[in-house]
Amino acid sequence: MDRKTNLKDWTLFLGFAAVVLCLPIILDPIGANYPDLLQKIAIFGIFAIGFNILFGLTGYLSFGHAAFIGVGSYMSLWSFKLLTMNVLPAIAFSVILAGMFAYLIGFVSLRRSGIYFSILTLAFAQMSYSLAYSVLTPITNGETGLQTRAIRTDPATSLLDGDIRIIDQALGIQEASVPTTHFFGMAMSGYTGFYFCAVLLIICFFIAQRLTNSNFGMMLKAIKSNQNRLNYTGIHTRPYLIAAFVISGMYAGLAGSLMAVTDPIAGAERMQWTASGEVVLMTILGGVGTLVGPVLGAGIIKYAEQKVSSWNEGILDSFFSFLPEGLQHFMSGLGALFVGEGWHTTLGLLFMIIVIFLPGGIMEGIRRIAAVFARKSKSNNTSAAAPQPAE
Amino acid sequence: MDAIFLQFLNGLDKGGAYALIALGLTLVFGTLGVVNFAHGALFMLGAFCAVMLRKIFNISYERVSETEVDFLGKPLKEQIPYLKGIFGEDLGGFMLDYSVPLSIFLAVIVMGIVGFIMERGLIRHFYKRPHADQILVTFGLAIVVGELIRHYFGANPIPQAAPKAVSGSANIGYLVGLGPNVIYPWWRLVYFAFSVSIIFGVFAFLKFTTFGMVVRAGMQDRETVGLLGINIEQKFTIVFALAAIVAGVAGAMYTPILPPDYNMGMDFLVLSFVVVVVGGMGSLEGAVLAGFLLGILQSFASMQAVQNLLPGISQIIVYLVAVVVLLTLPRGLLGRKGVMED
Amino acid sequence: MSATKDITRRRVIKSGAVAAAAAGATPYFFTRAFAEGGYTNAPKGDSVTFGFNVPQTGAYADEGADELRAYELAVEHINAGGGGMMDTFSSKELKGGINGKKVKYVTGDTQTKSDAARASAKRMIENDGAIMITGGSSSGVAIAVQGLCQEAGVIFMSGLTHSNDTTGKDKRANGFRHFFNTEMTGAALGPVLKNNYGTDRKVYHLTADYTWGYSQEGSMIKYTKDYNWETVAAVKTPVGAGDFSQFITPILSSGADTLVLNHYGKDMVNSLTQAVQFGLAGKQVNGKDFTIVVPLYSRLMAQGAGENVKGIFGSTNWHWSLQDDASKAFVKAFGEKYGFPPSQAAHTTYCQAILYADACQRAGTFKPSEVGKALEDFEFDGLGNGKVLYRGEDHQCFKDVLVVKGKENPTNKFDVLEVVEVTPREQVQYEASLLGGELGPYNNG
Repeated sequence: MDRKTNLKDWTLFLGFAAVVLCLPIILDPIGANYPDLLQKIAIFGIFAIGFNILFGLTGYLSFGHAAFIGVGSYMSLWSFKLLTMNVLPAIAFSVILAGMFAYLIGFVSLRRSGIYFSILTLAFAQMSYSLAYSVLTPITNGETGLQTRAIRTDPATSLLDGDIRIIDQALGIQEASVPTTHFFGMAMSGYTGFYFCAVLLIICFFIAQRLTNSNFGMMLKAIKSNQNRLNYTGIHTRPYLIAAFVISGMYAGLAGSLMAVTDPIAGAERMQWTASGEVVLMTILGGVGTLVGPVLGAGIIKYAEQKVSSWNEGILDSFFSFLPEGLQHFMSGLGALFVGEGWHTTLGLLFMIIVIFLPGGIMEGIRRIAAVFARKSKSNNTSAAAPQPAE
Repeated sequence: MDAIFLQFLNGLDKGGAYALIALGLTLVFGTLGVVNFAHGALFMLGAFCAVMLRKIFNISYERVSETEVDFLGKPLKEQIPYLKGIFGEDLGGFMLDYSVPLSIFLAVIVMGIVGFIMERGLIRHFYKRPHADQILVTFGLAIVVGELIRHYFGANPIPQAAPKAVSGSANIGYLVGLGPNVIYPWWRLVYFAFSVSIIFGVFAFLKFTTFGMVVRAGMQDRETVGLLGINIEQKFTIVFALAAIVAGVAGAMYTPILPPDYNMGMDFLVLSFVVVVVGGMGSLEGAVLAGFLLGILQSFASMQAVQNLLPGISQIIVYLVAVVVLLTLPRGLLGRKGVMED
Repeated sequence: MSATKDITRRRVIKSGAVAAAAAGATPYFFTRAFAEGGYTNAPKGDSVTFGFNVPQTGAYADEGADELRAYELAVEHINAGGGGMMDTFSSKELKGGINGKKVKYVTGDTQTKSDAARASAKRMIENDGAIMITGGSSSGVAIAVQGLCQEAGVIFMSGLTHSNDTTGKDKRANGFRHFFNTEMTGAALGPVLKNNYGTDRKVYHLTADYTWGYSQEGSMIKYTKDYNWETVAAVKTPVGAGDFSQFITPILSSGADTLVLNHYGKDMVNSLTQAVQFGLAGKQVNGKDFTIVVPLYSRLMAQGAGENVKGIFGSTNWHWSLQDDASKAFVKAFGEKYGFPPSQAAHTTYCQAILYADACQRAGTFKPSEVGKALEDFEFDGLGNGKVLYRGEDHQCFKDVLVVKGKENPTNKFDVLEVVEVTPREQVQYEASLLGGELGPYNNG
């Protein structure tokens, strides 16, 4: 039994790794093979995996995870500005700080459950956002966003407008204009940036997989199914919940940090509650509680945001050009409700359809289809065909 | 003194609006056990009933003007509303002027239908689903409704004028014996009176009618009521429609205060949830109390003296109150045990 | 109203289709593109692709739509070698297309969020091969996208951005701005306010709590203090507060006789509507008529505010009622195509597209460093603002600023503002060093 599970886990893991690394080839036919989109898919994949550790396993719905993204981004930027353009310290500090921040918020919010918990996390995230946008401008640079700058020549210059980069300066690195982020000399933009994020995504996936299958993971799932019973048996669930909250906060911090690594700018709007809503969407769309689902959801939503939003009516017109003129205009007018500037509508509808008909998300859909095929081939082992969900 | 009095009045005024918006939300919580993230969208739809009615009243025929020209220098095509043609200059003009209060009637009809369809078509199937699912599906609906409104009305806010008779400011300073600087817009006073009467109306409805009694009993113990042979689910449809109507008329009357746009629902969603949670889930009295409390606190937090002391407080006060209340009073101000605690 | 809008939007987007479809089908490698042309996205074949990055969702979607209409018109005129303000433009280099290539375009949605704007600009650069990016309706977005274009090695022609920082401390060599800024608004408004409302006034500021708000408040204080306009209070308001009444009530008892609303967009419409509702405008304080000032007007937004803007002073980059030949030609071309007059956002984006095209033609290449040099210190006329200078030191246009006032007796629904005074360029021009920042070197990719 154990060996069999093990084998299945490894197959899933290796399959996942292979797919992630081959994404540029896989996504090429649908016009999604360019560095920025690939990076975003990997980064939001990490975010969604982490979010799923909390929401998928324990059922606690947080609307505040965007705050940790923001914390991670701001921390990374400050590391670039004060220490070095090498991304390693930035990522390390971001994850640690996001973890600490998550501990604080989690410690308070987890005193309540259900919708009260959701509202508490939402309140914390909105407070973080409002403050970052306005009164914390000296730290966050407000609306304009925090950016890397050239080394300041005059100590009187504000740190927002001139960097010091102590480590790089001590190492005697000469900078021409504003330097770019790097990982020991490896540039973090373009395809190398994607592969860097992809490797981290695979590592995060691995950790999440181990966690899910561990005793800790079992405990979290037990909390989801019946927390009261656990409490009656004398088990304190709170430490487990806080641990799960902090871990998912650190995942979010890592994602925020990677956003800054691949594109060194940090803005407050990353912390808005609607940004938290987005990760909920990703997780639900792909499949709550599954390992692969959240990443899949992240990919689909980022693709929609970038590509579906650019299908303007001109493109629709040429798409429907085989139809007679009147029908063509009608169809592209109808289509305009859902793509181009109407892409939010599609998102909302997709979301409703998934929640109503496929509560297990796309992964459940795949599983159902796989089950139908498995039955046809008279195999009695239906679950082997699809990735095993955590539930 | 003047400043504090005005700020207090402003807080009451805001509080009335908050309570009105939160009322339907908490009613649906308490009876149907459904967390409705589309409640803000209902408020917004109500506001657009007012926009719609004005548009209908303004449906016009064109008359080419002999004297005036348009921006391209061509003869101006004057728009003459049919309304004035049908009802005459006086009555037609009166209807145009009073289109916002008149839109209450439209809002009641439209929102009743919307509420009915929404409950039968969607909400009903989510009674037994986890709260998370309810949140998610109604959130999706809120996005779709907002985008549809944007598609047809554009993204810019569309200001609606209050009737001329109540569009100025009331000099209430004289009434309460304060200085001449104590003035307050008539329409806001109207809205305050309106919200208080709607709140009393809803309470009276639930308190003194048989229907209300059944609903209240259902809020206490749904299963027992069901065992009594009362079709509680049918009652629920009406409760949901009622909540939609309250949100709708609140939105329609709010348009002269806040020019409506498609995102208005989302703007009020978070706020109305905070009000409900602070008041205690499912508690009508709690929602009203929390609405006024938050309105007054928000008003005072915006004063410059307070802001100088605590920079940024006006932005976060609402959330801060939510956090403090939830941590000290687990069920909110007036929440009952056992509601939404799973 | 909504029907005409739908039709015009359709038209807008149509001709961009081919470019987008073609670009979407072929995967595009950022790194490879550079190796081939000597600069990012060097155009191959007989066409060149512009990237129009405008808000299509969110609070500024209507302004974004108007910008897109103007771009469509500009592309049409560039490809035809005439029409609209092309005929009045002082430079006559463009003769149909640019450097023998036809212009195509792709569109993206900024959502008025820096992250989303950067992501869609990146898509247009990395995936669709855009040679330049232009558009936007807020300063945060403009600065974020400008930084990105600098890194990617393409030119950024900003749209509606009014913050000093865009060509001040956040200026970049690859970025150019036609729109004016808070500094110029203050310099233009100050004297007009004094002439109309006199000296010695007590001013209450309500300021949007973010960078642009601070900068606008600062410049209003700076340019009115010589006339003894004393600041009673400057209160920060949350962006998107909706109901501003709790900020308005204290004004009544503060002893102030002037209210300056440093708000833009939705906030401006809301706070102005509510301030007027409170009866501030009709009051007498300190023996003076109470006055409201809105430093930056948007006609699209003011159109909604209707009655409330009457008699209220503000500034704008351009207004369709201007009677010079260029403005008339533009309003005619735009109005005949879409059925309503263009907004200032449409005007500035149209100008930016024409100016970029003309610079490429004069440089004989699309290489950012060469195009940039062609734009630097370029002096032109005939684009609706009189004689304009694209200053080389900070890539900012200097031109006359319009002081406008809400019209008392509008003749139609677009006729919301009237031009009170055209403040000459000399009066609003400042030293580049005033706002700080470094352009740095051009980046060609």
